[in-house]
Amino acid sequence: MTKIFNKFALSIAALLASGSALAATGAVADEFKWMTFAVFGVIIAITMGVTYWAAKHTHTTSEFYAAGRSVSGIQNGWAIAGDYLSAASFLGIAGLISLYGYDGFMYSVGWLVAYITVLLVIAEPCRNIGKYTMGDILAFRNEPKKVKTVAALSTITVSTFYLTAQMVGGGVLIKTLIGIDYETSIVGVGILMLVYVVFGGMKATTWVQIIKAGLLVTASLLLVMFVWMPYGFSLPDYLQAVVGDSKVQAQVAKLLGDKATTMTAAELGQRFLEPGLFLKSPIDQISLGMALVLGTAGMPHILMRFFTVPTAQAARLSVIWAMAIIGGFYVLTLFLGTGAAMLVGPDKIASIDPGGNMAGPLLAQYLGGGADSMLGNFFLAFVAAVAFATIVAVVAGLVLAAASAMAHDIYVGVIRGDHATPQEQVIAARVASVIVGIMAITVGIMAKGQNVAHLVALAFAVAASSNLPAVLLTLYWKKCNTGGIIAGMLVGAITAIALVMISPNMTYPQAVIKAANKVLNGEPASEAKPAVEAKPGEGFSCELFATCKKAEPAKAAEAAKPAKPGTREKLVTLQAKLDAATDEADKKKIQTDLDKVKKAHDKAEGDLKKFEGQTTSMVGLEKPFFLLKNPGLISIPLGFLAVIIGSLLYRDQRAEDMWDELYVRQNTGINAEAASAH
Amino acid sequence: MSKPSMNWAAIDADPRFQALHRKKTTFLWGLMFISTVYYFLLPIGAAYFQDLFKIKVWGVVNVGILFALSEFIVAWAIAFIYSKKANAEFDAMAQEIINDAHKMGS
Repeated sequence: MTKIFNKFALSIAALLASGSALAATGAVADEFKWMTFAVFGVIIAITMGVTYWAAKHTHTTSEFYAAGRSVSGIQNGWAIAGDYLSAASFLGIAGLISLYGYDGFMYSVGWLVAYITVLLVIAEPCRNIGKYTMGDILAFRNEPKKVKTVAALSTITVSTFYLTAQMVGGGVLIKTLIGIDYETSIVGVGILMLVYVVFGGMKATTWVQIIKAGLLVTASLLLVMFVWMPYGFSLPDYLQAVVGDSKVQAQVAKLLGDKATTMTAAELGQRFLEPGLFLKSPIDQISLGMALVLGTAGMPHILMRFFTVPTAQAARLSVIWAMAIIGGFYVLTLFLGTGAAMLVGPDKIASIDPGGNMAGPLLAQYLGGGADSMLGNFFLAFVAAVAFATIVAVVAGLVLAAASAMAHDIYVGVIRGDHATPQEQVIAARVASVIVGIMAITVGIMAKGQNVAHLVALAFAVAASSNLPAVLLTLYWKKCNTGGIIAGMLVGAITAIALVMISPNMTYPQAVIKAANKVLNGEPASEAKPAVEAKPGEGFSCELFATCKKAEPAKAAEAAKPAKPGTREKLVTLQAKLDAATDEADKKKIQTDLDKVKKAHDKAEGDLKKFEGQTTSMVGLEKPFFLLKNPGLISIPLGFLAVIIGSLLYRDQRAEDMWDELYVRQNTGINAEAASAH
Repeated sequence: MSKPSMNWAAIDADPRFQALHRKKTTFLWGLMFISTVYYFLLPIGAAYFQDLFKIKVWGVVNVGILFALSEFIVAWAIAFIYSKKANAEFDAMAQEIINDAHKMGS
């Protein structure tokens, strides 16, 4: 095994070298790229060392899937944090805060609260009952073959959605940061993650996640120290500076549009700390909250982490640690986001990435001394490397979860009827990891340029609507049985997926074409409009489905607006201006404006070309039929309902007879899978 | 490794197990209920009680920010309360049952 490992390590080095040769433009300037690669190299070298060590201790299935159940509570807490804090939360939430202030911070709260569910009702029972997968828990008092098949399908579905979002997000991120090709980044991340998983199994994955969580927390703490220190670590003084900043005020004015004209600068700044700049639909918010709070506990890669600790007490301790780390990190994002808004400016952040993902890295660069300084670029390189480690660690956890469902549930459980030799099981696990890994790379490359934002929401929604009702009810409801679990998982997953397919998350060509035309041709002048009073909708279901009229909020009176020129016109006028300008400074300024307009122009042109002749979305809709971005509000109750109805209709005496055993064991840990002796 | 078979029904019927079950059920689902309600107060407040969230209480720090920060404190407090109770009480109760488990129902 170690021989093959050495070969792999060499090919990674080669890949990295070719990556640096391919590097085009990114946030890191060319002359400082070697620094980024040096930090990358150090991180890869350390994790490879860990994998080498882990590979020597990974021989049995228990070692491959569950690290021999020898991970301590504290270690597992760090690993959970490393598994959970994806690039989306690390870069995305700091970015949302930097662009939208309060709403971005509010968004981060649900990710911590989710762990209350994990702590109170999931972690310890799962440790006491489970072996390697969610399928094991569900099969405890049910018909193993049927239940394991459905559980594995659901696990693979959730993991694939989440994995695709991570791969595509990671590819884009690495390209934006250091300019490595999208495809090269995906293959690099994929191969690296495969090496960790295939050779080192859960042990290597755990340590990669611990290292990544440590790096992430260190980097965030350092940045926040630098941001907050000048204000003597006083919260009001610091936020006073944020709201007093002209860049922040300009951003709020831009977001509010016409409404901002009557507001003073101080009011605009203060508005940054008030809700409503980003999240407009409270029902959607609640739906997302439900998916987060219940979905996290149904995420297969999170559930799997509880099989790695020796006892239920260690599982409990690990959630406490995870909550401290994850919560602490999200509090830090408040400072990272507002700090980036104040020091870098929302305008600049959005110009590099419209979603705000570059807020953290740009803040690091600024704090180190700016884009031209050595230290600034070292900071940026460090943050970029942390982002890279983040993607690899999360992806490794997901691949392990999907591979265990494929190998342990489907192959060993269903196909071989639990009669596989230990050696055969380990081989199956490694082969499944390779299959899932190659699938992740392929899907990642195929999904290039696709809209993947909905996939994260979808993963949580399916986990909350399909996995959680089944796990929760088999653990806490005597009458739950095979029929209920199959019905619940199918209904929950299918409803969640179907609702997202008809939701505003999908791309609707007509809307894209209309927006692109608006960018290109501008808007005609409009006359003054009187104020419109709020209109009540025709009932609650109208807020969810496009069958009747939605409630409309009140609109303030609008003044007459002059026509807005489109980019076609702007390009011509700016070019003329540039030709006429004589002063160098003026020229430079006009050139930046021109570049900006050109970028918007090219994007709109590209959209027009891409959607030419199309009128409907992937499922044939002209506009969303389901009006929420997150389906949880409907699919989660339906999932629970289906488990209950399915169980009552199916009736299974054996499942009821085994309830005593399940309930006693989950509460006491009698006969729980023991840690392997090492 | 063969595992000893147990008389699960007898353990379940044991008054000590029943006591553990009752205590745990009320405690856990009670905490779960509190945390869920408290969490959903945040989006509800941000949507329907914006005037309240906008009130400045500590320099520019307003009720909304303090409320969002309090969500973290409440989540940590619930985790702390649960782990204290579980470490001190539930584990000891479970251990007693484990010690006598093989004798029960025989």
